[in-house]
Amino acid sequence: MINLSEIQTFEHDVLVIGAGGAGLRAAIACSAHGLTTAVLSKSLLGKAHTVMAEGGCAAALGNVDPRDNWKIHFRDTMRGGKFLNQWRMAELHAQQAPDRVRELEEWGAVFDRTKDGLINQRNFGGHRYPRLAHVGDRTGLEMIRSLQDHGVHQGIDFYMECKALGLLKDGDRVAGAVGLWRETGRFAIFRARAVILATGGGGRAWSVTSNSWEYSGDGLAMAYNAGAELMDMEFTQFHPTGMVWPPSVRGILVTEGVRGEGGILLNNKNERFMYNYIPDRFAAETADTIPEADRWLAGDDSARRPPELLTRDVVARAILAEVKAGRGSPHGGAFLDIANRRDAEAIKRKLPSMYHQFKELAEVDITAEAMEVGPTLHYFMGGVRVEADSQETTVPGLFACGECAAGLHGANRLGGNSLSDLLVFGKLAGDGAADYVQRLDATPALDAAQVEALMRGATDILNREFGTNPYLIQEDLQQVMQEFVGIIRTAGDLAQGLKELERLKQQAAEVKAHGASQYNPGWHQALDVSSLLITSEAVARAALLREESRGAHTRLDFEGEREEWGTVNVIVSKGPDDMVARTEERPPPPEALAAIAYATLEELEG
Amino acid sequence: MPERSFRIWRGDANGGEFAEYTVDVDEGMVVLDGIHRVQARKANDLAVRWNCKAGKCGSCSMEINGKPRLACMTRLGDYPAEQTITCQPLKAFPVIKDLVTDVSWNYKQNKKIAPFKPRPRDDDGQYRMMQEDVDRVQEFRKCIECFLCQDTCHVLRDHARKSAFVGPRFMIRLASLEMHPLDTADRIPAVKNEYGSGMCNITRCCTEVCPEHINITDNGIIPLKERVVDRYYDPFMILWNKITGKNKNGKT
Repeated sequence: MINLSEIQTFEHDVLVIGAGGAGLRAAIACSAHGLTTAVLSKSLLGKAHTVMAEGGCAAALGNVDPRDNWKIHFRDTMRGGKFLNQWRMAELHAQQAPDRVRELEEWGAVFDRTKDGLINQRNFGGHRYPRLAHVGDRTGLEMIRSLQDHGVHQGIDFYMECKALGLLKDGDRVAGAVGLWRETGRFAIFRARAVILATGGGGRAWSVTSNSWEYSGDGLAMAYNAGAELMDMEFTQFHPTGMVWPPSVRGILVTEGVRGEGGILLNNKNERFMYNYIPDRFAAETADTIPEADRWLAGDDSARRPPELLTRDVVARAILAEVKAGRGSPHGGAFLDIANRRDAEAIKRKLPSMYHQFKELAEVDITAEAMEVGPTLHYFMGGVRVEADSQETTVPGLFACGECAAGLHGANRLGGNSLSDLLVFGKLAGDGAADYVQRLDATPALDAAQVEALMRGATDILNREFGTNPYLIQEDLQQVMQEFVGIIRTAGDLAQGLKELERLKQQAAEVKAHGASQYNPGWHQALDVSSLLITSEAVARAALLREESRGAHTRLDFEGEREEWGTVNVIVSKGPDDMVARTEERPPPPEALAAIAYATLEELEG
Repeated sequence: MPERSFRIWRGDANGGEFAEYTVDVDEGMVVLDGIHRVQARKANDLAVRWNCKAGKCGSCSMEINGKPRLACMTRLGDYPAEQTITCQPLKAFPVIKDLVTDVSWNYKQNKKIAPFKPRPRDDDGQYRMMQEDVDRVQEFRKCIECFLCQDTCHVLRDHARKSAFVGPRFMIRLASLEMHPLDTADRIPAVKNEYGSGMCNITRCCTEVCPEHINITDNGIIPLKERVVDRYYDPFMILWNKITGKNKNGKT
């Protein structure tokens, strides 16, 4: 047995794992409650995924269209999520987002302004009114930097380039985590009374993705291993507009803001094909002619929204259908045209990152020609199951917020609802953890055997004589998920995918990282793969179980939404031997919220 | 499939040397793709930082054929096909391993800067700022903290005067706070005394390497220098400020 006193040990009230927007906001909340707080970050501070968010942060401020209010934001979110969202989370989110956004201004954020000097708001898919607070197309950078610059003055301890290997428990409740310093390869114990997971999703399991190496589902895997439940894992969002050419940039995000600013989608016959894909649920609120959509762009309040701004699941499937029908762009996508919609100066001012991204990576001038775009794995609606108000998981003392938590987005997330999600539920997770810590009578005890098992699992990868190259397992996994657990799914493909994952699990058990422990990306890759395999299996099992098509989950063998599936969530947890996926009946919605969600717009406006 | 040769610095704080690797490359690849291919096929433990792969996070800063650049935004096609691509770590910061350097000094500088201190909200609970008044601040806030400007700054790079100058990144951070319409703190004494605005001799090398095309020198550093001059060296302004009880910023 190892001697715990020989391992570097830190002690805090709360340990936050993940330093994106959700983790930073949670840590700020903990600190405001007077708790000693640590933040573990796999990268340098300020580099997490939030920095890549482009379009904006949804909040019903009503600065641009005064008819907007939280009820309409709530209704949009539920409709976008195909009514599988957790009602209370969608309510809290819509109600609290405006305050969370305004609070960022107190911490130095500088959003784009309206003519009256207020926070400007832009249109986005699925949002009835201009609702997204934004800064050109670099909103995420503005938010993470504001949180970071405020956070470093709140007495929070930041531990950079430290990967959490797994959670520690004392009986049922959480007791901390073991971390690995990437720079030195040494281990550290982080004792804590409460742990908040803010690790994002696991999009790295697909080959065409907008996600970086960091998105390896660490929080999902750690929570699962600690006995927490995962929920809604079958709902993986494919963002309709990723770059498709050249091959090296395939998957990199093209903001929905392009369509919010008036961009349109065209096939190779120059047809605006989205008019052919308007779902019944949205028909009454979507323009069905080009003149009407053009009037909307020109600012006519009475015109309905263009179909390019339908929800992401609808647009992604439409692009795929056009490509399959032979009407795709030369490299297998659709054309996204802003050049003929806005003048060059406006494009450069509102979409500067997109302008540079295409100019420098694809040699395309978006002020003069159309972009080629196609679906890219972007976001996990599912994640760790949490209680709405406190964000506590099914493990006492373990909390989750942001993308790694499930519930707010249901079967499909609206663009802009992620940046507001991380603010609202980051804060609530911090409040929830503070409440839990105050009720806790003693610091949870450390168990040396748990620490040793986590450390040994990591060092075995370095110490074994031979084994598979971790990068090749990673590439293999990405091909498997892309092919068998993609946008369009069937029982046969999913079952095959699960078989392939079994094969990869066996390979991963014998993975070998060459070289020393000091800053060794091969080793880190091997560790990330183990999280990704758990995450991938959870997605595949949940997807196989849900025999319908709803939101981002599309089953070729079970088309359309099925009533009986609208009342259940899929729960994934660790069984005695294997991973178990089961359905769980949803409680009926609170009457007041159901009335809002099913109301007409006229009833809710102003 | 065409091939490409890379010379990549391998080593750590105790020293190292260039190693040469040749790998297959595809159309449109950037330098970071090439490094990843070397890592996956030939040198699994080759250390390199990266995240977004789209010029938004500022992680993959290094020196490519002698120039400070983001590896994710540098296309292989920009160099002649037969030319070897040389990659080495940022020179201004201590090497940890291979292409990864210890940039923690920068985070310490940021923490030293007096934080944003806003004026109270308007009576209706709003903050009002006109777009034209925040354009300049937004330009500075485009910074992705890649630290290429720090790497190329002569004061930090060639003279190792980190104790005397905070570097271009934090001069524009200071400028973004000083020019923020809502901010009420006064950092001009610190700009002069602690952060060393006088050390910059305006060679504009930082502006040249900025991947976000921020006009660091002309829009950020020079105006800060002017505020220092107004405060400390302009007799008329000193007198005027004494009479009005104001400094040039309008901050009291």
